[in-house]
Amino acid sequence: MSNDWYSDFVNSGFGKTIAGQVGLPPVPKLRRYEPGQPLLSGPALLGTATADGRVAKVVRSFLTDLGVEVHDDPNAAVGGGSSSSKVAAGIVDATGLSSPADLAEVQAFLTPVMRRIGPSGRILVIGDVPAEAEAPAVRAARRALEGLVRSAGKEARYGATVNLVHVANGAENDLESTLRFFLSSRSAFVHGQRLDVGTVPGFSGSSQGVDWDKPLAGRVALVTGAARGIGATVAATLRRDGATVICVDVPAAGDALARTANDIGGSALQLDITADHAPATILDHAQRHGGLDVVVHNAGITRDKLLANQDRDRWNSVIDVNLNSQLAINDALLSSEVFHRGGRIVTVSSMAGIAGNRGQTSYGASKAGVIGMVDATAPLLVEKDATINAVAPGFIETAMTKAMPVGTREAGRRLSSMTQGGLPVDVAETIAWFAQGASYAVNGQVLRVDGQNFLGA
Amino acid sequence: MTSASPSRSLPRRAAIVGANRIPFARSNGAYARASNQDMLTAALDGLVARFGLQGEHLGEVASGAVLKKSSDFNLTREAVLGSRLAAATPTYDLQQACGTSLQTTLQVANKIALGQIESGIASGVDTTSDAPIEVNEDLRAVLLAANRAKSTAGVLKALAGLRPGQIVPEIPANREPRTGMSMGEHAAQTAATWGISRTAQDEITVNSHRNLAAAYDRGFFDDLMTPYLGLTKDNNLRADSTLEGLAKLKPVFRPAGYPDTEATMTAANSTPLTDGAATVLLASDEWAAERNLPVLAHFVDAETAAVDYVHGDEGLLMAPTYAVPRMLERNGLTLQDFDFYEFHEAFASTILATFAAWEDPIFCKEKLGRDEPLGSFDKSKLNVAGSSLATGHPFAATGARIVPTLAKLLHEKSQRDGSGGRGLISICAAGGQGVVAILEA
Repeated sequence: MSNDWYSDFVNSGFGKTIAGQVGLPPVPKLRRYEPGQPLLSGPALLGTATADGRVAKVVRSFLTDLGVEVHDDPNAAVGGGSSSSKVAAGIVDATGLSSPADLAEVQAFLTPVMRRIGPSGRILVIGDVPAEAEAPAVRAARRALEGLVRSAGKEARYGATVNLVHVANGAENDLESTLRFFLSSRSAFVHGQRLDVGTVPGFSGSSQGVDWDKPLAGRVALVTGAARGIGATVAATLRRDGATVICVDVPAAGDALARTANDIGGSALQLDITADHAPATILDHAQRHGGLDVVVHNAGITRDKLLANQDRDRWNSVIDVNLNSQLAINDALLSSEVFHRGGRIVTVSSMAGIAGNRGQTSYGASKAGVIGMVDATAPLLVEKDATINAVAPGFIETAMTKAMPVGTREAGRRLSSMTQGGLPVDVAETIAWFAQGASYAVNGQVLRVDGQNFLGA
Repeated sequence: MTSASPSRSLPRRAAIVGANRIPFARSNGAYARASNQDMLTAALDGLVARFGLQGEHLGEVASGAVLKKSSDFNLTREAVLGSRLAAATPTYDLQQACGTSLQTTLQVANKIALGQIESGIASGVDTTSDAPIEVNEDLRAVLLAANRAKSTAGVLKALAGLRPGQIVPEIPANREPRTGMSMGEHAAQTAATWGISRTAQDEITVNSHRNLAAAYDRGFFDDLMTPYLGLTKDNNLRADSTLEGLAKLKPVFRPAGYPDTEATMTAANSTPLTDGAATVLLASDEWAAERNLPVLAHFVDAETAAVDYVHGDEGLLMAPTYAVPRMLERNGLTLQDFDFYEFHEAFASTILATFAAWEDPIFCKEKLGRDEPLGSFDKSKLNVAGSSLATGHPFAATGARIVPTLAKLLHEKSQRDGSGGRGLISICAAGGQGVVAILEA
């Protein structure tokens, strides 16, 4: 017998029966994106909290243009059914709140939505940016939405997601790619999160004429760490969305890298990204494809050690690969014409960089550093109409997590609102969305892809 | 630098765009279970990935192997069909012993120069681990007789000729059919003829290993190689080789007919049996420019020579000694007009014998018909990124290892000092043959 009496109990024949009877949390199967899939699998409810709402009109015309059945009344009978029929989405325009009293309107809309939302449904709250309000009551109301959304996330079931989008004043017409991401199954594992749109001033771009089945058509993307795992999936996803992909990894991973590149019709660049010549080599190689539009900093290493046992070489190797290489490459991109106007940099942070992890002081430092890099780089990219954003994966099912001890792995999976690990493609979909030209108003953001993991939430 | 060959005018020069090889593995090691076709396909797919050539219809792929099973009669074609290249890419097999893939490079380059094709891959592959084994000649005669028999009785009569000794198979040996001597024994005679010292051979060996190790350290092979079956570097490389260490080894090849000469050739200053595959992408400048692909260097000229090592008095591996001066003459160049010298190190003694011959007025007068010897050259320019003693030598793959190594060295030099450069390649081959070439960047 081990010391884990709970595990011993629930894994005994008797315990299993009891566990089934008391109803341990189920593991829902998430709807995931396939090319040609409709945005929503059913009708949508669209609410407005105040008469000053700025975005309901934009959202309504977006949805009706796509042929989505939209109702204003959260208790409306939908799809030829009844007032309790399932809906695919509930969206509430919560802009224009003047005090916490207005929050009751948001509650009044979302309460029936929570009852009616279908499997893998989408609940999206759209609010104003708290920092744009000076009056304490206004800012309090705006900020309250975040607590509402994060809590509702923990109540949602069957793969439904609840997320919050802040829209900067004046950015209400720059929402399309964001709406498409959060409402579609591309955001299957993004849950209980907040994203700001239009908060870095001076952005410009357009989503006119975008082929939404191939939103990266004609763009050249580079993915580091592309030989296997999440990086290989990112490369394949960018290709699916139309990009030509340069796959980068260390020379020692060259055989797997060649397979990734050959599978997606890309090119393989064997490169140690920490080498002094790495930024120049990347720009040089990119010229074969006519330049670069998207750079995905996915390569990362772990050299886990308790801080008490840490040493300088081990520490530096993590900081060099996970952070310094990205800074050096970004510097080169910023000052080169090879990185095109309207370019996108997407970097991979981690839950460990937000919440911390035992044994991962170096990794956590590097991944928190990535967030600082995104904050500082975002405004610098505006003059190139470019953006930088980060994805922060939670527990993702990879070869690495397969090798974890069972207890750690089970905790990673179950201690999240979705009671499961994400897939590499969930990270890849988020990266592919940041990479779109149409995501021009999304800059300086860090989005967790973690099924609302309880660590650091 | 003088410009080569004002008198010779080809329609155009083929460009060396890039390359890929798999790390070379000592025999019966990392690639023990890999076939020639496996290795060649892997090397081609790595090249395809590096240059984004998936589905490309190239002008041709020329390759070959020295140790080849009869079922591999269409080795290159089968490898291309299994690769990511377009199936419409034509292929052929060529075999010229250790000169194979410098000869395939020459074939592809010539077709590009003549405008018959715009692009092509030259390559070579060899396995000494997955080697063909044949039934011995006696057993073969019996089995063929049985096959010819028209009746059961006839078959039985033929099979009655079976004897236990016929079970012993024929395993390919590194042996010259006309002399019965191994290549090492031939090389030992040549070394004795020219008085090549053990120390000089070991110096060549140490330099080869050190230069190869340094090239790896600076990432030189990052865009020339793709790992294979867990190997990321040539596993014959001994980065810590020292003269003192090599001096302790016992000689393995003795010079027959030179009873008073000390044996000098060891397992270290001779190349080991090796498995591997190498490829080079060649193209017209226009083809490369259309795809924004780099041009590392151009293929300028080549020469193939053969010597009579059976009845004449020339060493088995001395053909390059004759090929180089003919090629220099044709191009209006001297031996000293090169920035890099890439000499295949079949044995350290081989290249030292070649250098000695070129410095010898009598040899140059009597054998080469020259009034002046070719002279010596700056040996700091020799095999600066290592060569066969360190990398190993899968026979047919060596040319396609050396061509891109030299092309990249020349490209680096021209990037560095903007003045271009020229390099000489020399490869000796079994059967008393040799292939040499000039590249320029």
